[in-house]
Amino acid sequence: MRKPSPETRRVRHYSAMRLGAMVRKEFLQIIRDPSSIAIAFILPVILLFIFGYGVSLDATHVPIAIIVEQPSAETASLTGAFASSDYFDVTLFSSIQDAENAVRKRLVHGIVWLRGNFAQEVLSGNTAAIGVFVNGVDANTARIVEGYAQGVWATWLSEFAASRGRTLDIPIEMEYRIWFNPAVRSRNYLVPGMMAIIMTLIGALLTALVIAREWERGTMEALMVTPIRVGEILLGKIIPYFAMGMGGLILSLAMTLWLFEVPMIGSLPAFIGLSALFLLAALGMGLLISTLAKNQFVAGQAAIITTFLPALILSGIIFDIGSMPAPIRAFTHLFAARYYVAILQTIFAAGNIWPVLIPNALALLGMAIFFFMTVRRKTSKRLD
Amino acid sequence: MFRRILALMIKEFLALLKDKRGRTVLILPPIIQLVVFGYAATYDLKNVSLAIFNEDPGQVSREVISRFEGSQTFAQIMRLERAGEIETVINKKDALLVLHFGPDFSEKVYRSQTAPLQVIIDGRNSNSALILLGYARTIITDYNDAWSIRQGLPGPPARLNVRAWFNPNLESQWFIVPGIVGLLTLVVTLLVTALSVAREREAGTFDQLLVTPLRPVEILLGKALPGFIIGTVEASFIIFMAVIWFNIPLIGSLFALYLGLFLFLMSAIGIGLMISSLSVTQQQGLFGAFMFLVPSVTLSGFATPIENMPVFLQHVTLLNPLRYFLVILRGVFLEGSTIPLLLHQYWPMGVIGIISLVLAAWLFRHRMY
Repeated sequence: MRKPSPETRRVRHYSAMRLGAMVRKEFLQIIRDPSSIAIAFILPVILLFIFGYGVSLDATHVPIAIIVEQPSAETASLTGAFASSDYFDVTLFSSIQDAENAVRKRLVHGIVWLRGNFAQEVLSGNTAAIGVFVNGVDANTARIVEGYAQGVWATWLSEFAASRGRTLDIPIEMEYRIWFNPAVRSRNYLVPGMMAIIMTLIGALLTALVIAREWERGTMEALMVTPIRVGEILLGKIIPYFAMGMGGLILSLAMTLWLFEVPMIGSLPAFIGLSALFLLAALGMGLLISTLAKNQFVAGQAAIITTFLPALILSGIIFDIGSMPAPIRAFTHLFAARYYVAILQTIFAAGNIWPVLIPNALALLGMAIFFFMTVRRKTSKRLD
Repeated sequence: MFRRILALMIKEFLALLKDKRGRTVLILPPIIQLVVFGYAATYDLKNVSLAIFNEDPGQVSREVISRFEGSQTFAQIMRLERAGEIETVINKKDALLVLHFGPDFSEKVYRSQTAPLQVIIDGRNSNSALILLGYARTIITDYNDAWSIRQGLPGPPARLNVRAWFNPNLESQWFIVPGIVGLLTLVVTLLVTALSVAREREAGTFDQLLVTPLRPVEILLGKALPGFIIGTVEASFIIFMAVIWFNIPLIGSLFALYLGLFLFLMSAIGIGLMISSLSVTQQQGLFGAFMFLVPSVTLSGFATPIENMPVFLQHVTLLNPLRYFLVILRGVFLEGSTIPLLLHQYWPMGVIGIISLVLAAWLFRHRMY
């Protein structure tokens, strides 16, 4: 290669015919092993269905136990306040032992304990203690249940004051407004986020094995003796899978908008353009895995390890990145899903906010370029 | 018979561990992922950026602000000059929470009127929004109580005394890290089993295996036992790290934990081998592995509770071995649950394990292509 002969110099130019042949070959391979088609079109439908219905942080009808030691008008009004709330399903117990057993058996998540002197304390102008025990194992649900209980308690206080012809004197009252998602429906941010997971999986699954397969079967050597350029081989691998990935993306978008009724404030072109960028990065990572592993078994293992769990846990879909310790926060920058989740959640909930979108888009572009450059460098037309 | 199984096992271990890349993929990632996920997966909010738009010249707003500043949750406090800035800081995610004190805020409190404090929260992540709302509510309720006591006003007729059992400080890590034990064990067993038969089918060596004197049961054991050994070793290491590194209390008995691990490995390996023997190519095996892994994790209660799902999906989760194993892990770690209490978690995994292993062995011979 030091002194290029006329033949090799001719090969330096890209040829639409060679590329077309490569793309055609790849498409034929896809059609003959139906699992690729399943990856692009069946996987998103099933997974989005499971994510859309299965992933929710909205706890409603939480089963709780209420223990009333000495029934009275006051305990009845408080029990009624809990029972009429949408957030709780109340079961009455007569002793704390029974209620504790119910917690251990996971029949209830928490206990509200009104002791025998409750009415007496309330009526005498003292402050009665309402014992609330929550099962803290699931710390997040416990905290949300605690918040709900405080809400019920606050409502009961003002109703109680009103029933006795008084107003409740509190110095500061919080008036809160939750922007972008006033109903605090967790689906509205989880489902768009889950699209990032699905696209990560599609990207990696489609391409993780395609180069390793050529090496393993020896067909890479067959390709090498043809005049095709390495760049053409790689482009030939990317184009068909990119087209399939975009198909899967449109399918996911349709389900998000119409099946799960998640509103999208931002514009469709921004969504498509930025998603295409992410898909390139995801496909690039798959190709990189494939190139480095050189055998399908290891490439498959690497794809399982590096895609799903990091995309779920380190992308900010469920767990807030800002709250992670600094070294872990830095680590999250290695995963493309992180940038795409920020883009998706912004486009869906807030709109085309370019100050948020552009830095994330640049990061995706940088990753895509890095992956393709590395793949290009590591794939040379020679045998090791 | 044992010699034949042993020979197959040795061959399987060689196939998994003989080249450097294969070893690395199996050993390094679980360790890294345990540490990274253990710290990353938390619902607790820290370093939250807060913006304040204060039009009130009085004392009360300053006291309230200092309570927010003193809280562990909030950092990076920004001062806003104009009402118009509120929208900008929230939109650009410069602040998750904005406090707005009106011009006569302190006046109203002094005159014993109720003063409104406007709290604006970024709801893009609704769970964070609810948790932040809870933090803000606690700070303000505490301030109100302190104010009433200072002014000698009577307290409210009743007050909540909230205590959390099993996890008194409501630390997410106590919930998540035992869950990671289950997650990584599942991933490791899938790595070992899901592609193993598919690879041999693709290479044609599985046909050779079938014409040897090995019976399907022996092939099954030879393929399953390496997964069992690797799974047990890695799970033990992760459990050890959970206790030593993350300081998660392990209250219950190790026997209850390992009984769960044994049954879980059996079911996960059974399903992994079933996927593998259904696939003709490794591409199909990989697809099958993901189609099992992703729903298993999503529908396990690892990150989001099963009770929040619609009823029909809750029924679907009954087929998911990870669901039972997570209850066992968290129960034994945090609640000290005993075997009789967990009986309903053990037996479904046993049933799933036996059915899937039998099916996998049957498929060895009957899935022809």
